[in-house]
Amino acid sequence: MAMIPMAMTPTNPPMEATDMMAVGLGQYLAVSAILLVLGIFGIFMNRKNVIVILMSVELILLAVNLNLVAFSAALGDLVGQVFAMFVLTVAAAEAAIGLAIVVIYFRNRGSIEVEDVNMMKG
Amino acid sequence: MIAALAFYVFAAILIVSAAMVVSARNPVHAVLFLILAFFNAAALFLLAGAEFLAMILVIVYVGAVAVLFLFVVMMLDVNFTQLREGFQRYAPVGAAVGVVLLVELAGVLGGWKFADGAMALRFAPNAPGASNTAQLGQLIYTDYIFLFQTSGLVLLVAMIGAIVLTLRDRAGTPMGGRRQVIANQIGRMSADTMEMMSVPTGGKTMAYIKPKLPETVAAHGHDSHGHDAHEPADGGH
Repeated sequence: MAMIPMAMTPTNPPMEATDMMAVGLGQYLAVSAILLVLGIFGIFMNRKNVIVILMSVELILLAVNLNLVAFSAALGDLVGQVFAMFVLTVAAAEAAIGLAIVVIYFRNRGSIEVEDVNMMKG
Repeated sequence: MIAALAFYVFAAILIVSAAMVVSARNPVHAVLFLILAFFNAAALFLLAGAEFLAMILVIVYVGAVAVLFLFVVMMLDVNFTQLREGFQRYAPVGAAVGVVLLVELAGVLGGWKFADGAMALRFAPNAPGASNTAQLGQLIYTDYIFLFQTSGLVLLVAMIGAIVLTLRDRAGTPMGGRRQVIANQIGRMSADTMEMMSVPTGGKTMAYIKPKLPETVAAHGHDSHGHDAHEPADGGH
C-alpha cells in the first residue's frame, strides 16, 4: 500500500499499521454505518420506484466496500481490498441484471411500481 | 492534518449526496447524486491508501454502472410524481428502522476492538515499497486466481442474462425479423439464385452463370433467404 505522505498522523499508537490512515478506523466505520443506514432507509422510503431501490442497494454495497477497505488499511492486510474488488464485480453484475429486469418489466406493464409486482403470486 | 480535514470534507459530501440519492424528487438528480457519492467514496479509498480500488470505483461505477442507471432512467417514460405518492406513508417506518439500525451499529462500534492476535493473523501484510496495484496484482493472480476467474464468470453470466432478458424479436417491425435460419442457408440451391445463360458468339456458344435479379429471386425462391422468421421453414427445394 502506497504511503500517502500527509497521512502519517499516528492516531492509534498501539496498533502498528494504523498510522498509514489519515484518520482512525472509527471514522471510516461511522461513515460506512451512516451510508448503510441511508441505503436501507432509501429502500423503505421509495417503495414504488425500483430504480431508486437499486440505487439504494448500490449505496449499501458501497458501505460494505468502505468497511472492507478501512479494515484493510487499518490492519495493513491486502485481502480486504481483494474482497472489495470482488464485491464491486458482483455489484456491477447485479446492477446490469436488475436494470434489465426493470426495462422488461416496464415494457410489459407500463410502470415500474414495486407494489404492482404480484404477477407471480399463486 | 490536511488529510484528516480532507477526510471529513469528503465524508460529509458523501453522506449528504447519499441522502439526496434516496430523497431526490427527480430520479435523474438521484443518479447524478449517486455519481457524486461514488466520486467521494473513491476519494475516501484514496485516503485509506487503496489507489487501485479508487480508480476502479471511478471507472467501473461512474463510467459504467451510473451511466447505465442514467440511460435507464431517461429511457423509461415514467410518471415520476406518481411514484412519490407513498413517501409520507412509509417515512415513519423507514425512519424507525433506520434509527434502530443506527443505534445497533453504534453499540457495535462502541464496544469493539481488535483481537490481540489480529496482527499475527494477517494473510497478506503490506510489503513496504511496493505499490498498491502491484501488490494487489500479485495477490489476485496467485492466491485468488480462482475467485478472480469466478468473478469473470459472474460478469459473463450477467452479460448473457441482460442480453437474453432484453432481446426482442422484431418480426413485426419494418426492419423485419433478421433472425438467421441456418437450415435455409444450408439448403439453398444454386438454381434458386443463379441461372445459366448461353451467349452465342461468333463460332461457338459460351455459357456463363449470372446471378438472378433480386425480384426474380424473391418471386421464385420465397423461402430461400430466411427474411422472415414467421415463414414455414421448409428449407430449399
